[in-house]
Amino acid sequence: MDPTFCVTIEQEWDIVKARQLGRDRARDIGFGTVDQARIATAISELARNIYLYAGSGKICFEVVEEMGQNGLGVRSLDTGPGIKNISQVMEDGYSTSGGLGAGLPGVKRLVDQFDIQSEEGQGTEIRVMKWLRKLR
Amino acid sequence: MATIDTDIRHYRQLLKHYIEIRDEESLYGAEQISKAFIKNNVPPEEIINLHIQSLSELYPDIPEHFQHSMNFLLEIMISYGVAHQENHSLREQQSELMSEIAVASNMQDTLLTTTKPDVAGLDIGVVSVPAHQMSGDYYHFLTGEDDSFGIAVADVIGKGIPAALCMSMIKYSMDSLPKANVSPKTILKNLNRVVERNVDASMFITMFYAQYLPSESKICYASAGHEPGFHYHAETETFEEMKTKGLVLGVSPDVDYWEYERTIQKGDMVILLTDGVTECRQGDRFIETEEVLEVIAQYADLPAQEMVNKAYKHFERMQDFQLRDDFTLIVLRKEV
Repeated sequence: MDPTFCVTIEQEWDIVKARQLGRDRARDIGFGTVDQARIATAISELARNIYLYAGSGKICFEVVEEMGQNGLGVRSLDTGPGIKNISQVMEDGYSTSGGLGAGLPGVKRLVDQFDIQSEEGQGTEIRVMKWLRKLR
Repeated sequence: MATIDTDIRHYRQLLKHYIEIRDEESLYGAEQISKAFIKNNVPPEEIINLHIQSLSELYPDIPEHFQHSMNFLLEIMISYGVAHQENHSLREQQSELMSEIAVASNMQDTLLTTTKPDVAGLDIGVVSVPAHQMSGDYYHFLTGEDDSFGIAVADVIGKGIPAALCMSMIKYSMDSLPKANVSPKTILKNLNRVVERNVDASMFITMFYAQYLPSESKICYASAGHEPGFHYHAETETFEEMKTKGLVLGVSPDVDYWEYERTIQKGDMVILLTDGVTECRQGDRFIETEEVLEVIAQYADLPAQEMVNKAYKHFERMQDFQLRDDFTLIVLRKEV
């Protein structure tokens, strides 16, 4: 299996493709139903941001194994307008008040690790990571 | 985690019991579990998942389409879970803000402390209540070298924290004025300069400054666009508006103010207020100034402090105990 795999986001339909692929990967690794749904929702939110604000970009998946722990990494890349004030979009209530859904703080809540880099006029890269919890 | 595990086991038992007997007791148990879940911040999708698992353990032959429908429901709940967490953290932020404001409000109270001057033959009553936690109204008594004293009443247009910040500035500028008996018009002229330099153009402050000279039974006053005061003539039992002209503070750097004076007779009253008093509302209707004066006249026989307290209670009740603006009312009565 190819360790990384990307979906190009250009149309709304591509969001569905990204969700599907992400969910399949999550299931293969061994995530339960709830975490599969959380991962799909996080991917959906990232892909929608690309579709709505950047026009085009891609969502890449990577199955990670680190210190005996398995996880799914998702990377969202676009060359859109970028985010001027990252602190502001990461504030609770900022994007949701405009009815845009969970927003980036929501994505952050759905995953275990979250990192964002953005340059105005150059684009945005967001990396998220969800770890598979070991059964006790 | 231990309590959550117990709750999970408990959930399964209760669910089973309820499906078999359908009694109120199980539902009461459900209510308790629900509260425990909220307390432990368990997101809704976890509860649906718990339900799915409990069902499939209790009834292994559940039809497949039903299981799919439950998974669909779980999916629906994901965003609710995120929103729930967001609300939770917003609530925490809110309570942090509230306690910060409470501290600021205490600081403001300390900052704006002023003492009513004790002048023989003069009865003074003051009431000043903010609409929210912090006040945009300001009043201050300044004692002069002889028995004379000054009263400043100011109102920042707007209320809440921005108004309160502005108010502190007025307080500092008043403190920095020379202690000698400065005339009302000079005080306003100086304050205007400070406000003009330090406050955003969209903010206005109105102020009324009166100086009482007991030896001459005279009151000198000037106003910077403030609500006019009233002079109650004991002899005729009538109120007279203390008409003034003068620009609000902070509009233009160099403003001269007019100064007025009048003689106060025995039993006369001087009433100073902010627009929180004159713009009291009964339902959608603003009250008329006459109504304010009627209420004051109604309690005219009482000592000044009781009088303003009663008047405040009257308007508080009229507005359903929800002040829309900061409320300040000061009454001076010459007794001899």
